[in-house]
Amino acid sequence: MNFDTGLILASLPEIMHAFSVTMLMWVAGVIGATVLGFLVAVARRYGPRLPRHLLRVFVEVIRGTPFLIQLFLLYYGGPFIGLSLDPVPAGLLGLTIYGAAYFSEIFRGGFEAVPPGHVEAAECLGLNRQQTIRRILIPEMTMLVLPASVNMAIILLKETAVLSIITVPELTLVISAIGSQQYAFVESLFLLALFYWGLVEISGKLGRAAEARLSRFRLALA
Amino acid sequence: MTVPAVSVKRLTKRFGQTEVLHEIDFDIPQGMVSCLIGPSGSGKSTLLRCMAFLEEATEGSILVNGQPLGFAEGPDGKLARLPAARIRAVRSQIGMVFQQFNLWPHMTALGNVSEALKTVQGIPRREAEERAMQQLKKVDLENRAGYYPSQLSGGQQQRVAIARALALEPKIMLFDEPTSSLDPELTGEVLNVMRALAADGMTMVVVSHEIGFAASVGQRLAFLDQGRLILNGTPQEIFAKPRHRRLDQFLDTYLDRGAAMLV
Repeated sequence: MNFDTGLILASLPEIMHAFSVTMLMWVAGVIGATVLGFLVAVARRYGPRLPRHLLRVFVEVIRGTPFLIQLFLLYYGGPFIGLSLDPVPAGLLGLTIYGAAYFSEIFRGGFEAVPPGHVEAAECLGLNRQQTIRRILIPEMTMLVLPASVNMAIILLKETAVLSIITVPELTLVISAIGSQQYAFVESLFLLALFYWGLVEISGKLGRAAEARLSRFRLALA
Repeated sequence: MTVPAVSVKRLTKRFGQTEVLHEIDFDIPQGMVSCLIGPSGSGKSTLLRCMAFLEEATEGSILVNGQPLGFAEGPDGKLARLPAARIRAVRSQIGMVFQQFNLWPHMTALGNVSEALKTVQGIPRREAEERAMQQLKKVDLENRAGYYPSQLSGGQQQRVAIARALALEPKIMLFDEPTSSLDPELTGEVLNVMRALAADGMTMVVVSHEIGFAASVGQRLAFLDQGRLILNGTPQEIFAKPRHRRLDQFLDTYLDRGAAMLV
């Protein structure tokens, strides 16, 4: 097998653009999914009964169906309910919803893992619910959910490849298009794998550094 | 006669079908140390948690310095939940210390003690930390102010927890088995802090297995068994012979376990 890197280098500007699209989808998707997932987890902990049940069903449906199908439904089915989105916003919305379902479960577990006594102590000292969530639950939960959240962020990075099927001009779409134009399938796929793996390695390292910084608290929670 | 610090009136607590407390009636006098003793499952911790409003009574009521805690009788004679702000106002007179300390692990000792001053009372950080420091001095931990709970011994953590409760200047301090999760060597330092607090005239309610502490520092003792208040009086009255049969059995089990604290 002959690796023709020259062909790839000739397309570097396109690849760099696609790389930035992937990064945008990933970073914005993770932020969106974290925020939405957190709101879902809070609503499921403190909300009224009906929304709690609806959200549980939402989480189960999203977790129980393939991302690919969800994306097709959103992009091709959306217009039937008046939701016509361009590929990039559709992809971002899909990724956010998909990630939120998982993040909400991570956060729900995190909330439950905070010892109830820590919340009772806050209650006895007069902190109201918002203050308890902001000052006690969120910081304590953060260190508990960090490993699972980094893991989920990594999964979402790889899921951005699926966005190629609704023509989001991200790495997978652009590089495989270049590959097929230039008859360099293997090279392009190899390059793609390298890109994703490199990013995963970097984010894994960042995650471990964050965990190490927070580890001094963990003793007390064990 | 002054109002009792806490007045418990016909308090019954059920968890589902299980009755944990049965029509408890008693008063906590002002400025004294009252100890609740009794075997495991007798309901003494639940009673204390009801006084902190961490558990809601199924029936009956609690008055703190004459003010209803949590629920008050409405015009129709039924108990109605008070507004959250009023519940907080009454609760602010009460400080609670837990068996498991329950310090917040992401804050230093100083952070734990100053947190409610900042968040609840809105005191500026610098002043809140100065006041927190004074409390840490009281429990002899000013040189550990910057330590996280995981860097402190159990006894030190419990002393920080006491300082945290004291920072809000409560009128009544509740202690739920404050030394039960400590090594015997570390219980002394916590009990000393509690003795000093008692000497200052703080109204205290202590649920404890430390019969020695209850007998020596407690000015009032209440003995609970199976959710009922069996005995209530001064230590002299309660430990005087002939003792109540159930109390004798309870004390015997202590001696059986080799505890020398009564000898």
